[in-house]
Amino acid sequence: MHELSIALSILDVAGEEVERRGGPQVEAIHLKLGPLSGVVKEALISAYELAREATPFAGARLVIEEVPIVIFCPKCNDERPVRSTQDVSCAVCDTPGSKLIHGRELELAALELIE
Amino acid sequence: MSTQPRIVEVRRNILKHNDQVAAALRERFRAANVFVASLVSSPGSGKTAFLEKTLTMLREKGYRPAAITGDLATDNDAARLARSQAPVKQITTGTLCHLEAAMVEGAIGDWNLRDLDFLFIENVGNLVCPASYDLGENLRLVLLSVTEGEDKPLKYPTIFNSGDLAVITKLDLAEAVEFDHAAAKANVQSVRPGMPVIELSAKTGRGMEDWIAILVSRRTELGDSKGV
Repeated sequence: MHELSIALSILDVAGEEVERRGGPQVEAIHLKLGPLSGVVKEALISAYELAREATPFAGARLVIEEVPIVIFCPKCNDERPVRSTQDVSCAVCDTPGSKLIHGRELELAALELIE
Repeated sequence: MSTQPRIVEVRRNILKHNDQVAAALRERFRAANVFVASLVSSPGSGKTAFLEKTLTMLREKGYRPAAITGDLATDNDAARLARSQAPVKQITTGTLCHLEAAMVEGAIGDWNLRDLDFLFIENVGNLVCPASYDLGENLRLVLLSVTEGEDKPLKYPTIFNSGDLAVITKLDLAEAVEFDHAAAKANVQSVRPGMPVIELSAKTGRGMEDWIAILVSRRTELGDSKGV
């Protein structure tokens, strides 16, 4: 399990952003998470709850938006969802998708601030 | 009355720091003409045996390989790799289940990269955590031994999806365990379409020459070869 390291990285990155904005209070941290990020949502939420204690983020919620896998399908010549994480082929025409557009996201998307 | 929170868009990669260290490492490796391959797999899939054989064969061909090995608690892997006479550094990760770019940076500390042609980074035996971390490598190998079963890619799609080359190891045991080669390859293609797959045995040497040839040609592609 490496979700605690990830949770600490989230607090680091969020901390930098808050500092840049003059240290407002943070209500929530919005995260984008792809199925191929290597991070398990439930484990990350537990780890975050531990990691935020005794930090300026103790009262900040973690809001996770799960981003689906999207490939560029050469046959459809367009971006397409896939059948599943186990079957990375175009959900429309079944062509295997070697070009990944979305799915690896582990991104601090936004902060909810009280200023 | 409390103020309404305001949502500020940020869009920053959480592992940006690791990615920056990895990018700087990749640039240092390129400048020194070192081709870097990392290895991930579950524990016991034959990473160390495969790597020991790779180091030995490269040295026999006149190349200068080195290895960094991550291990939770012991230095057994480093001791085995050192038998190849190649320089080996050990990163003891303690309870950490994966390597990060900064640990690689620390491990190569006093090595002169210009004295090396190839560097191998053996990650901690784990098919989950290493997927998230770029180590500055040029090629990420995901190893799968024939004894683990053909469906490993379907169970760990994320790690296979993060890799560049799938290596089926312990080919000498394939018959004994009735390994289904076609199914294993199909499963790799299902989770990572287009991923090349090679099969080999570090014990018998079968497939090893082909693997060494891939390494040498990949290094040549990356920069001008100075080996041999």
